[in-house]
Amino acid sequence: MIELIAYIFLCIGGACALIGAMGILRFPDVYNRLHANTVVVVGGVIMTLLGAGIWYGLSAYTLKAIVIALFLFLTNPVGAHAIARAAHKSGVKLWPRSVVDKLEEEEKG
Amino acid sequence: MILLGILIVLIGACLFCSLRAVLGPTAPDRVVAIDALTSLMVAVLVILGIVYEASFYLDVALVYAILAFLGTLAIAKYIEGRRVGD
Repeated sequence: MIELIAYIFLCIGGACALIGAMGILRFPDVYNRLHANTVVVVGGVIMTLLGAGIWYGLSAYTLKAIVIALFLFLTNPVGAHAIARAAHKSGVKLWPRSVVDKLEEEEKG
Repeated sequence: MILLGILIVLIGACLFCSLRAVLGPTAPDRVVAIDALTSLMVAVLVILGIVYEASFYLDVALVYAILAFLGTLAIAKYIEGRRVGD
């Protein structure tokens, strides 16, 4: 029973990782690709870590898996924010069909 | 068997990410792709830990995640200081 639940988590993780990687390959600009990056990390990797934790029940392995999941959960938004800020500051253009850019309005006005 | 399938799916995702890292028109594109690639490698290490029933793979994964985070921040700080054309 526990293995079945772990398999479900692992399969969700693999599917999310594949979908997010396709998004990284297909999306039109950096800011859209950051969104797909979040799908890979939160949907794919953290689900995989939780599945691995469930697989081993209550043990040191589970504790380590939860620590890594928490670490990724906390640091991924920080990294994404740093990359988006750096891209905007270095002048990477938005996709032409994007509708709003509040940071540029802020800097101009 | 299911674990092998999940490993193959994750490695396919790694291939997509590395394709974007090779193609990416600007430096931030490559940074995003490499960031996703390192996260996927963490997942691959965790599943290898299940397959080989060895818990030290998780220690490797933790250190890898920390180093990837620091690397991403450092490269973002480096890109921030220059324009696209330079």
